[in-house]
Amino acid sequence: MISNVFSIKDLRVSVGEKEILKGVTITVKSGEIHALMGPNGTGKSTLAHTIVGSLRYKVNSGELLINDVNLKDLQVYERARAGLFVAFQEPVSVQGLRFINYLRTAYSSLHPNEKLEYKKFVEEVKELLTYFGLDSSFIERGLNDGLSGGEKKRMEALQMLILKPKFIILDEIDSGLDVDALRVVSKAIAKAKENGAGIIIITHYQRILDYIKPDFVHVLINGKIAESGNGDLAKLIEERGYEYYKGGEASAKIE
Amino acid sequence: MQRLNEDEIDEVRKQNEIKYDFTTNVKPAYQVQKGLSRSVVEEMSREKKEPDWMRNIRLKALDIFLSKPVPTWGPDLSELNFDELTYYIKPEDRKANSWEEVPKEIKDTFDKLGVPEMEKKYLAGSVAQLQSEGVYSRLKKQWEDKGVVFMDMDSAVQKHPDIVREHFGRVVPPSDNKFAALNTAVWSGGSFLYVPRGVHLDLPVQAYFRMNGALEGQFERTLIIAEPGASVHYLEGCTAPTYSQYSLHAAIVEVYVKSGGKVRYTSIQNWSDNIINGPTKRSWVEENARMEWVQGSLGSKITMTYPSSILRGEYATTSNLNLALGIGPVWKDNGAKVVHAAPNTSSKVVAKSISGRGGMSVYRGQLRINPGAYNSKASVQCDALILDDISKSNTYPHNEILEESASFSHEASVGKISEDQVDYLMSRGIREEDARSLIVLGFLDDVLKEIPLEYSIEFNKLVKLEMNKYGAVG
Repeated sequence: MISNVFSIKDLRVSVGEKEILKGVTITVKSGEIHALMGPNGTGKSTLAHTIVGSLRYKVNSGELLINDVNLKDLQVYERARAGLFVAFQEPVSVQGLRFINYLRTAYSSLHPNEKLEYKKFVEEVKELLTYFGLDSSFIERGLNDGLSGGEKKRMEALQMLILKPKFIILDEIDSGLDVDALRVVSKAIAKAKENGAGIIIITHYQRILDYIKPDFVHVLINGKIAESGNGDLAKLIEERGYEYYKGGEASAKIE
Repeated sequence: MQRLNEDEIDEVRKQNEIKYDFTTNVKPAYQVQKGLSRSVVEEMSREKKEPDWMRNIRLKALDIFLSKPVPTWGPDLSELNFDELTYYIKPEDRKANSWEEVPKEIKDTFDKLGVPEMEKKYLAGSVAQLQSEGVYSRLKKQWEDKGVVFMDMDSAVQKHPDIVREHFGRVVPPSDNKFAALNTAVWSGGSFLYVPRGVHLDLPVQAYFRMNGALEGQFERTLIIAEPGASVHYLEGCTAPTYSQYSLHAAIVEVYVKSGGKVRYTSIQNWSDNIINGPTKRSWVEENARMEWVQGSLGSKITMTYPSSILRGEYATTSNLNLALGIGPVWKDNGAKVVHAAPNTSSKVVAKSISGRGGMSVYRGQLRINPGAYNSKASVQCDALILDDISKSNTYPHNEILEESASFSHEASVGKISEDQVDYLMSRGIREEDARSLIVLGFLDDVLKEIPLEYSIEFNKLVKLEMNKYGAVG
């Protein structure tokens, strides 16, 4: 397996005048699963959008690297081509843009040196739709058009598998999923890991981590990593609650 | 309609690399002096060796034309000077029935436009017109044997005078509007399609209209008659070279769909950006019959077109799908007209427009449900996409629902490309301009998928080209 490294180094990000991320460092290697946990409004989604490269999020300092490639200088589409995939918390829909056409364009953009066999590709997508419990007619449907929240999330997970990224950031992929969907999405994440992707699962709740055990857990509080640990930390957070970080040593470090 | 994947589309696109902007060097076999007068009309009619009744129709229409003002409710037509146009230019004396008989320079023109190729691949018949006259027409023998007639309109006046006389100018009278009066006075060329009772053409027939010079007028006349239970798909393509001076295109299309018949009329105009385009298209739809208008408006400087259906018989239906690109210094005034004149009739209008680089797209519609048209149903949907801050879109729906038991819905939307959508597509590796193209083509998809592939590719190409321009700016 080729080993790649995705590094977030001391990242500081503002939205408008307000600094949201105040120095975040996470290093993810191929085949690792990291969970980034934290209460609402603490900067988790800001991190995801910053990694995507949305212009609304201003990087004040710090680095974003895949191996030696600095993502900060790259446009949104170039970052994806460098191997990043971000599954969005609220994926947009595009009426009339048939899912298969979109997906095919995306795949060819990401893997320009591969000759895509259309029929095989379609079959693969259909199989995955079935795997995720989605109707195979979605293939001809407008991208996310008229889909429920849970269906959109499963479509994101499907894309995560088919587009073969090096690093995957899942922004609250678990919200809006019922138990069955959560189980299949977790299996998909495990599959992506097997395929060698490095993964960051951003989540508020510990629930998804019952299905997929992270190698590392980071707690983001008020724009800073308050604590990092191995997979067992998630359980501890569940017991202690995020309240724990509002007092004591951890919060004292923050402000 | 056929669905191809991008590879296959690319392939067809390569085969179809058409350049429209070239001139055919022909010395006209005949042309009238410029300007419009009674003597010009009489001269045209004499040259065409027309029967008296047709000459009289022309002369009456000329009086109507002269008495009507130039419409001022829409785009600015002040540039139009009726005295400086040439109304009749006959490029060639002969009318050919095989491409081998067509003079080389003219055949080369239609070869470049891909017309003989299209005919070979998927048409039941084809009419080709250069300037004022049909130069070629052909219908496959199997359809001739079933009594189908497809030829240029001038030939139809000579060969089928009774049918022409019975139907000519009844659905679109010269008094309808100034351009309709003008067309009736100086019409030339166009096509005549007659489908006998119960005959279903399984392949489309196509008429291709090509203009060639500046300050030229093209006034073709099309008459389509589908007898009871007959069905046909008529395709129309239009192109012209570009000039700094304008030319005028003002056609009339009359369609009769008799009981239980079905006609689809697909029109793809890709006029050059010096053409003022004002055709009048209308259909008469009898009981249980169906009329489908599919309009793709890519080119021209000004277009004013509102294909209409008069639902005359019970259970008659119509659909009107309209797609307009108003990009650049152009004004697209597109729309639809439907009259529900019988009970249980239904209609559906879908209009999609795109405005960009200072362009103006207008939807102008008229929908009327007459008293007594019980249980009729009508829906109108018009969606506009505006690409930048200097372009515009307007909607002028005019609805008269005069029957209480009828149902009617009207939806309209105006929007811009959502930056969140662009970001999302880019986050999957797609370049910004490609992302924008995909979004625009998605917006058009409802209508685009109804357009034959050879033509929908033109839309694809144009949209991608435009989005590249936007990509370059920001």
